[in-house]
Amino acid sequence: MDLNFTPEEQAFRDEVRAFMRTDLPADVAAKVKGGKRLTRDDHVRWMTALSKRGWLGVNWPTEYGGTGWSPVQRHIFEEECAAAGGPRIIAFGVNMVAPVIMKFGTAEQKAHYLPRILDLTDWWCQGYSEPGAGSDLASLKTRAVRDGDHYVVNGQKTWTTLGQHADWIFCLVRTDPQAAKPQEGISFLLIDMKTPGITVRPIILLDGEHEVNEVFFDDVRVPVGNRIGEENLGWTYAKYLLTHERTNIAGVGLSKEALRHLKTIARDQLKNGRPLIEDPIFRARMAQIEIDLMALEMTNLRVLADVQAGGAPGAESSILKIKGTEVRQAITDLARRALGPYALPFQSEALDGGFNGEPIGPGYAAPVAAHYFNMRKLSIFGGSNEIQKNIIAKASLGL
Amino acid sequence: MDFSLSEEQRLLKETVDRLVRDRYGFEARQAAAASEQGFSRAMWATFAELGLLAVPFPEAVGGLGGGGVDLMVVAEAFGRGLVVEPYLATVVLGGSLVELAGSDEQKAHILGHVVAGEKLLAFAHGEPDGRYDLAHVGTRAEESGDGWRLTGRKSVVINGDAADTLIVSARTAGGTGDEAGIGLFLVASDAAGLTVHGNPTIDGGRSAEVVLDGVAAEPLGEPGAAFPAIEAAVARGIAALCAEAVGAMEVACETTLDYLKTRKQFGRPIGSFQALQHRMVDMRTELEQARSMAILAAAKLGADRVERERTVSAAKVTIGRAAHHVAEEAIQLHGGIAMTWEYALSHYAKRLVMIDHLLGDVDFHTERFIALTDGTAA
Ligand SMILES: Cc1cc2nc3c(=O)[nH]c(=O)nc-3n(C[C@H](O)[C@H](O)[C@H](O)COP(=O)(O)OP(=O)(O)OC[C@H]3O[C@@H](n4cnc5c(N)ncnc54)[C@H](O)[C@@H]3O)c2cc1C
Repeated sequence: MDLNFTPEEQAFRDEVRAFMRTDLPADVAAKVKGGKRLTRDDHVRWMTALSKRGWLGVNWPTEYGGTGWSPVQRHIFEEECAAAGGPRIIAFGVNMVAPVIMKFGTAEQKAHYLPRILDLTDWWCQGYSEPGAGSDLASLKTRAVRDGDHYVVNGQKTWTTLGQHADWIFCLVRTDPQAAKPQEGISFLLIDMKTPGITVRPIILLDGEHEVNEVFFDDVRVPVGNRIGEENLGWTYAKYLLTHERTNIAGVGLSKEALRHLKTIARDQLKNGRPLIEDPIFRARMAQIEIDLMALEMTNLRVLADVQAGGAPGAESSILKIKGTEVRQAITDLARRALGPYALPFQSEALDGGFNGEPIGPGYAAPVAAHYFNMRKLSIFGGSNEIQKNIIAKASLGL
Repeated sequence: MDFSLSEEQRLLKETVDRLVRDRYGFEARQAAAASEQGFSRAMWATFAELGLLAVPFPEAVGGLGGGGVDLMVVAEAFGRGLVVEPYLATVVLGGSLVELAGSDEQKAHILGHVVAGEKLLAFAHGEPDGRYDLAHVGTRAEESGDGWRLTGRKSVVINGDAADTLIVSARTAGGTGDEAGIGLFLVASDAAGLTVHGNPTIDGGRSAEVVLDGVAAEPLGEPGAAFPAIEAAVARGIAALCAEAVGAMEVACETTLDYLKTRKQFGRPIGSFQALQHRMVDMRTELEQARSMAILAAAKLGADRVERERTVSAAKVTIGRAAHHVAEEAIQLHGGIAMTWEYALSHYAKRLVMIDHLLGDVDFHTERFIALTDGTAA
């Protein structure tokens, strides 16, 4: 057993670090580190920099212009991105729909969509959830009815993350309401957001931010050529995508960065005239999380090593999702506590990049409580933590 | 032992429950919270008409002579409605300080106006590096020929931007952190040298950052020995916050239970999944534990200092933990819907979590409870 990274992996880490120093736009990194709002343009500039270096298709094979990196390299990359303040890569195009197109798309679809994802021409969003279909995704009702060489789509999607920026949406739609099982009558469609009949309405989250949307479809005509694979086999493709959605699910790099930030806050905040980081109760709270994160990192590396050796993660990815989100949430919870009374003021304008007014309390205070509330989403989306436990109980423990 | 309310308390409860139920809908609350001052003046006038602003004060100054339990009754109802009016700032903290520290003349004058709904108060006490420490007062009070003048900074002053009069703690002697040498002073909102920057808080309320630069001030009672009054007023504030949290937790639990029974996934109500049933049971258990401690804190407000302080610290710890648990679980058991601004529950969750940031959090009161129990507290 050797728990060290190999010299090649160390060298790779240095290479990634050097790239972050030269190519990650400093203003974008400053926003990420300061917990400020990112614009569409901020994301695009960062992803363009990655794309130019050939590093946007982190999970892609080289034949499509991807990195061809090993799981451990991807892990190192994620860690260094987070440490440097690189925004999380918007996954919907490059990490969600792209693998499905590669695996199940026609040659034409691959040739058309994949380069446009890699060069940032198209921003994608995910149209799975509906008001009545959350955890029970297979109960979705959005209808697609065949009319010549088009489908006519009617219905509603919801929780569509960053749909306000999107050029395209990949959707699960019902093509056979009579199928024996609900999973069997679903198709996977790629829909141009500019098609007449599509309306996007913002949903404001509890932190006051516009992050998700409702998307309404009213007689939206979608060419049959925009269907992935076979009609009524969409569920199979969606399940394949869900396994890709779970790559990097542990978010170890992000949690490590969040923990560093927490320590910065705890060093600056005072309790009885001493730095909060020296307070025994608070220190114990922080240590507990740090230890959980160490364990999570090892669990994650064990899974990665397994995948690297050709194994397929099963229940492990559910474990990583549950623990990863719990650790991240616990860190944001402590950051909020660390602020003391200054967690209360809600200075929304201070989250804008151009803000140069007077901060209320310490300069790092403004996003902290809002971020804590926003991070409640982690245990709800991507398959809620309860659903993950059901998966482990059933698939892995045979209960 | 008798846990029942007196006849007057029952009537008070009916009055305030009805008010919140019939006239304090979520839409109205949201509109009031979003307005410039962060609450409704008309609603405040209604509180005055119904006598709610008179509840804790002695009859001699126009009050109803209510005790901790009466305060609990009001605060719990306000928690159910997520009331944003400055009751804690004006009546519970501000009013109590006047009652406990003020001269007879100040009491009669100020409390008379408070009870009539004509005067808003705020307690400008916390300072930038003070966290929750009640003795951390660095703001200086200096006496010169023409009276007292205050210089310093006060932070996160709840409803400080709406107050007609700020009650400012300031040091007449000693160093920051000493309990001795702290005075209370009345400062008019339009006083020269006073800057008040108001801002929204994440739970729908308002707070202010206050800068005092040689501001003329009137001492509230005898300057210099105000710490016991501050501690006693804050104890009332904590008891009120505990009761408010109980009210808000009740709504969070009811809303979640209702959702579990109506939301269907996989062809059945999600409340039929045992994994969620036990979580709902845990929320209810936390609520009952919290309610018990809110009652105890209210009942002990009149006890001697150590017993009172030890009890309110214990209550604040219980409430801090329970409110956090109930808030997070209520959101989780709902799924995405409870993450939205439009869904009232998300605002209950925010208030429940933020109550821990007012008048001392779980860690602060745990330490304080230990110190008071060991008899090592000053
Ligand atoms: C911020 C945010 C962003 C999102 N972005 C997207 C997006 O871009 N695209 C998209 O398609 N969707 C998105 N989602 C939707 C997300 O995938 C759903 O919220 C999630 O699937 C849960 O569904 P629901 O919210 O309807 O909750 P429900 O499924 O109604 O669940 C409610 C509660 O019941 C529990 N539960 C349900 N079934 C069971 C069971 N069998 N056993 C035990 N417990 C159970 C859940 O865990 C949860 O606690 C997003 C959600 C959020 C909050």
